[in-house]
Amino acid sequence: MATALRRRSLAYLLLAPGTLWLVIFFVIPLYFMAKLSLDTEIPGTLHYHFTWAWSNYKEALQLYDTQFVRSFIYAGIATLLCLIIAYPLAYVIAFKAGRWRSLMLFAVVAPFFTTYLVRTLAWKTILSNESPITEIFHAIGLAPSGHILYTGFAVIAGITYNFLPFMVLPLYASLERIDVRVLEASKDLYASASSTFWKVTLPLSLPGVVAGTLLTFIPAVGDYVNAEFLGGANNRMIGNVIQSLYLTQSNYSAASALSFVLMAVIMIVVFIYIRFAGSEALMGQEAV
Amino acid sequence: MSTTATTAVSERDITPGRGSLSAETGPARAWRWLREHAVNIAAVLVVIYLLIPIAVIFIFSFNNPAGRYNFTWVGFTLSHWSHPFANTELTEAMLTSIRLALLATVVSTIVGTMMAIALVRHKFVGRRIANFLIVIPMATPEVVMGASLLSFFLVLGTPALGFTTLLIAHVMFCISFVVVVVRSRLIGFDRSLEEAAKDLGAGPFTTFRLITFPLILPGIFGAAMLAFALSIDDFVISNFNSGTTVTFPLYIFGAAQRGIPVEVYVVAMILFFVTVAAMGFATWQQRRAERMTSIRPEQEEADIVLPGIA
Repeated sequence: MATALRRRSLAYLLLAPGTLWLVIFFVIPLYFMAKLSLDTEIPGTLHYHFTWAWSNYKEALQLYDTQFVRSFIYAGIATLLCLIIAYPLAYVIAFKAGRWRSLMLFAVVAPFFTTYLVRTLAWKTILSNESPITEIFHAIGLAPSGHILYTGFAVIAGITYNFLPFMVLPLYASLERIDVRVLEASKDLYASASSTFWKVTLPLSLPGVVAGTLLTFIPAVGDYVNAEFLGGANNRMIGNVIQSLYLTQSNYSAASALSFVLMAVIMIVVFIYIRFAGSEALMGQEAV
Repeated sequence: MSTTATTAVSERDITPGRGSLSAETGPARAWRWLREHAVNIAAVLVVIYLLIPIAVIFIFSFNNPAGRYNFTWVGFTLSHWSHPFANTELTEAMLTSIRLALLATVVSTIVGTMMAIALVRHKFVGRRIANFLIVIPMATPEVVMGASLLSFFLVLGTPALGFTTLLIAHVMFCISFVVVVVRSRLIGFDRSLEEAAKDLGAGPFTTFRLITFPLILPGIFGAAMLAFALSIDDFVISNFNSGTTVTFPLYIFGAAQRGIPVEVYVVAMILFFVTVAAMGFATWQQRRAERMTSIRPEQEEADIVLPGIA
């Protein structure tokens, strides 16, 4: 009894510093921001007082609804592209790479070792008007104006590249857990390669698909570096708006309101997505 | 030649959905080879795609640009590599980044490891809440975290924005990742070794010092590396909470408006090579540790990349 008690107090002792840090510097700031989002500025003073000003939300959303919707569209397209690009790579690393496996996994995480901003600057070079990539796209009619940089296309390309490893790694992890004998059984029962993939491999890898899409989508929606470096004035995302409202215009109430809506919408999207895809993903895991 | 042709034909005969029996011509054979290796080819293309920007950074670190921007190729020069730290502003920013990342790594690794041990090894009231508290920062967009922390500092009026607030912020977003990595190491851990130590008369502290700690050390090391990488690369949260302090990413962002010196590319490449070397060392250490114990190696790799969702 005494030891049980001592063990339990040890647990709380081990937990305390980290929990306190997260509560003080993550949870409480969110509360402060919630309060700020309902504040009204005392005119001309930069001081705020609390007024339950729900109008902050209405005004912010009316002003910035385009950027809001755009962020979700860009992030959605980029996440889908990531899934399409990442799946073959994850599949090959899990089942076919053999002794190349470590090297290919290294290639997946290698972009993380260069600084995020420098990586994005490199895309500025790759997509510049003088680059062969731009010329090819122009030649096949995908860039009719002859330039890619400062368009939505460039922003989506940047986001896709920057968050691709977040898709590959969970996909690889779930594919790697699949028992190869299940795939062999499917082959033995005369399933063609494509029906083995659609009916066995893909359903079993669904947990990885769910995890990967979430890990890509969430940071992509809030991203503003790609839009800042690769996009033009018409490609600003909600992250750019929040950033400039906070740091340049000092319009804290509007920025807080937007941050909260962003967080809430992400939570709702994630929740619906997990309810929708999660049950099937779990079934896939049970079947193993 | 003829025998191989017949086997090829008979093979195709029993495989459903394959073409006619006529002898394969060159293009047809090439097409079949392409179809059979399509996945591999796609994977190799994706690997190339992943590495192209790194190659671009490397190549452009030798560029000799005409203006202030390093976006188009002008000519080859070694001058930036021979004086990578000539730009004092940049060097200063890099040193601040390294100092910040080291401190944030030490604090978050200690605090996070303690949390991971509590979560895996102890049963207590509020475990679910603690788990939730760890997952939720990883599911929050950085811009929201940065903005809310800035609100907090502004409302309180203290501490003044600068190195301290940066350190607070970096430790905050590193903790969750440290917990996830160390926890996966603790889960894939052979408890019988600890029981053996206990049976041989070791107290709980001795068992921890001589058995548990050395065994989870590779996990802690991996977590520390991840924390360091996250901290040194962070831009969004730092941009909100830096005040006048300039880190490497903040320097680049500021410079992007007035022209980017080539040294940025050189320093980025140096950082890349150092990280690769450290990664290689860590992998080697881990392999050695695994050879000595019976920890299941596949388990943790899978868990590292699924923070809190699996």
